[in-house]
Amino acid sequence: MTTANRNASGNGDGEPILSVRDLRVWYGTAKGAAQAVDRVSLDIAPGEAVGLVGESGCGKSTLGRALMGLTPQSAAHDGKIIYRGQDVLAMTRRQRHALRGPEIGLIFQEPMTRLNPLMRIDDHFDETVRAHEPGLSRAEIKRRSLETLGHVGIPPTRFHQYPHEFSGGMRQRIMIALALVLKPKLLIADEPTTSLDVLVEAQILRLLKDLQTEFGTALLMITHNLGIVAEACDRMAVMYAGRVAEDGEVGSVFANPGHPYTRELLRSTISLSTKQLSHIPGSPPNLVTPPDGCRFHPRCPDAMQVCAQKVPVATHPRPGQRVYCWRHGPDDRIPDGGEQPLQQEFDHVDEA
Amino acid sequence: MASQTTSLRAYALSRLVLAVPMILILLSFVFLLMRVAPGDPVAAALGGKVSQEVLERKRAAMGLDEPIYVQFADYISDVFTLDFGMTITDNRPVLEVILNNGAATLELVFFAMVIATTLGILLGLITGRLRDTPIDVTGRLFGIFVYATPVFFLGFLGQLIFGAGLNWLPASGRASPMVQYTLERTTNLLVLDAIIAGNWTALWDVVRHLIMPATTLGLLITGVLLRMVRVNLLQTLQGDYVEAARARGVSEPRVVYKHAFRNALVPVVTMIGLQFALMMSGAILTETTFNWPGLGNQLVRYLNNRDYTGVQGIITFFAVVVVLISVVIDFVNAWIDPRVRY
Repeated sequence: MTTANRNASGNGDGEPILSVRDLRVWYGTAKGAAQAVDRVSLDIAPGEAVGLVGESGCGKSTLGRALMGLTPQSAAHDGKIIYRGQDVLAMTRRQRHALRGPEIGLIFQEPMTRLNPLMRIDDHFDETVRAHEPGLSRAEIKRRSLETLGHVGIPPTRFHQYPHEFSGGMRQRIMIALALVLKPKLLIADEPTTSLDVLVEAQILRLLKDLQTEFGTALLMITHNLGIVAEACDRMAVMYAGRVAEDGEVGSVFANPGHPYTRELLRSTISLSTKQLSHIPGSPPNLVTPPDGCRFHPRCPDAMQVCAQKVPVATHPRPGQRVYCWRHGPDDRIPDGGEQPLQQEFDHVDEA
Repeated sequence: MASQTTSLRAYALSRLVLAVPMILILLSFVFLLMRVAPGDPVAAALGGKVSQEVLERKRAAMGLDEPIYVQFADYISDVFTLDFGMTITDNRPVLEVILNNGAATLELVFFAMVIATTLGILLGLITGRLRDTPIDVTGRLFGIFVYATPVFFLGFLGQLIFGAGLNWLPASGRASPMVQYTLERTTNLLVLDAIIAGNWTALWDVVRHLIMPATTLGLLITGVLLRMVRVNLLQTLQGDYVEAARARGVSEPRVVYKHAFRNALVPVVTMIGLQFALMMSGAILTETTFNWPGLGNQLVRYLNNRDYTGVQGIITFFAVVVVLISVVIDFVNAWIDPRVRY
């Protein structure tokens, strides 16, 4: 995917709809503060599809929640999330409610438990639309809801049914319709197909793609499935242990992964040519006491002395691609002897 | 919509039908327990007071000389025709005892339940919303205190303070003698009777008599309900659909009440039903403490006097009431939670 392609799918006017600057989110735990998101910066352009990938527990979902101010009360945060010129984290309660839904929509990983079991589907729609457009008539809400449900393939005859009368795939489509009925400008999809079977997965992905082209909705696709990113996204960001390791155009990252973590992730995906399953030894670090320097260095096959000492800075090995890895320099920031390989033993016992 | 109501009706019907074998099983237990108790009931109740000949006649009149299966069949058919026989010690129809004293118990338990549900759910909601604040801690301590304190102790305390000490409330009985004998009885539920008669002085008198026993009994359940509502609310507030509703920008009060609170109450309804049955036994202590002329009080008297028919009749009544309550609770549950109907 090239820059031209990206401009074709997005508006490409350069002004991001959402821009995250040095965002940090940490949870208080019994053992200390866990840095779930650590100094993340990220831009999403209008109409653009961005994939956010990484292993489980690396802060993807926390980041997704934080973008709409949905972190739990026990979490603290720092940095800026600018949505169309306004800082989400500085918003009043009222502004935040207005943001959630009509501006930023969120689709969750497990659709089975996301609908209130005591409420009919029509009640869910009624409540959602009314929360943002209180003056709307019942008939108008119904018309709009049925139209959106039609888009995702739920027939109007099932409008008055309860959640337990639907399958997982249908519930996920209802959740998508519930997000879409408010016509959000940015849709955050947090592993929307992880708990569904492959056929339903393909349906849902096509649906999200269609919506993007039809309504110009920007999409942040949180996933650990690189195949989905290749298929549905224009740009991607790779997260490791709360930090962005690398981001850039999907095609360019896939062709030339700049960060050893991205490379290993790509190597561990399965395709028809796979002869031997590859994995990254070790598991993601504890976020309460993460390793010094580059957080990936204990698992990195290319680790150098400097990686264990200093936090890597952003480098741009190719236009539009940003990599946080000392192997790309900058050389003047690496201390003498820092390029010597780091002697380390991989812990093969608790491999991920 | 139409299919929904039909399925709800079908569910209610199937529950009602299922209640019949349930009642039969319970009745068999009652029957067996009464027979397992050692000694001859007639001799136990009247032994030494009347001649052997009278004892024999009494036995034959009660059918106790019949084989056990005939006695069982008689018992079952008597229950279904609401013929519980006469008590042995005071020779009253058991049905009359049940209707009179049962109304007193029902009135007491009903108002206790109103107090318990109102206080329990309200305090549960408040403590759950204000989690880990001093109000929450105080509320939880109050819950443990009222749950752990025996009914008679709380009752005596109330009688001492509000009855003997401050003289605000009557310490015992259902009504003052004046009201007791002049109020026209239609339902034997005195609050209802006073309203029907339009007798407001009597109503005030009856309510004043009700306050202490109903509160004492109600507080016992309040503690249980408070803790249950609180824990359920904390759980539903963490729920997936609650987060999803927030993500759609639904207002916080609506998220709390419509999603978290309402869903937290589903298991509480079942709990209330179970507690209702427990209250029937809790009522025995309360009735004794407050000299409340209820069924529990009467049961204790018949037990002490070994009045076999009296005890059997009252226990049968309790058993049937418990079954009926469970049917009602099943129905309410199905009405609130659509998943139950399938």
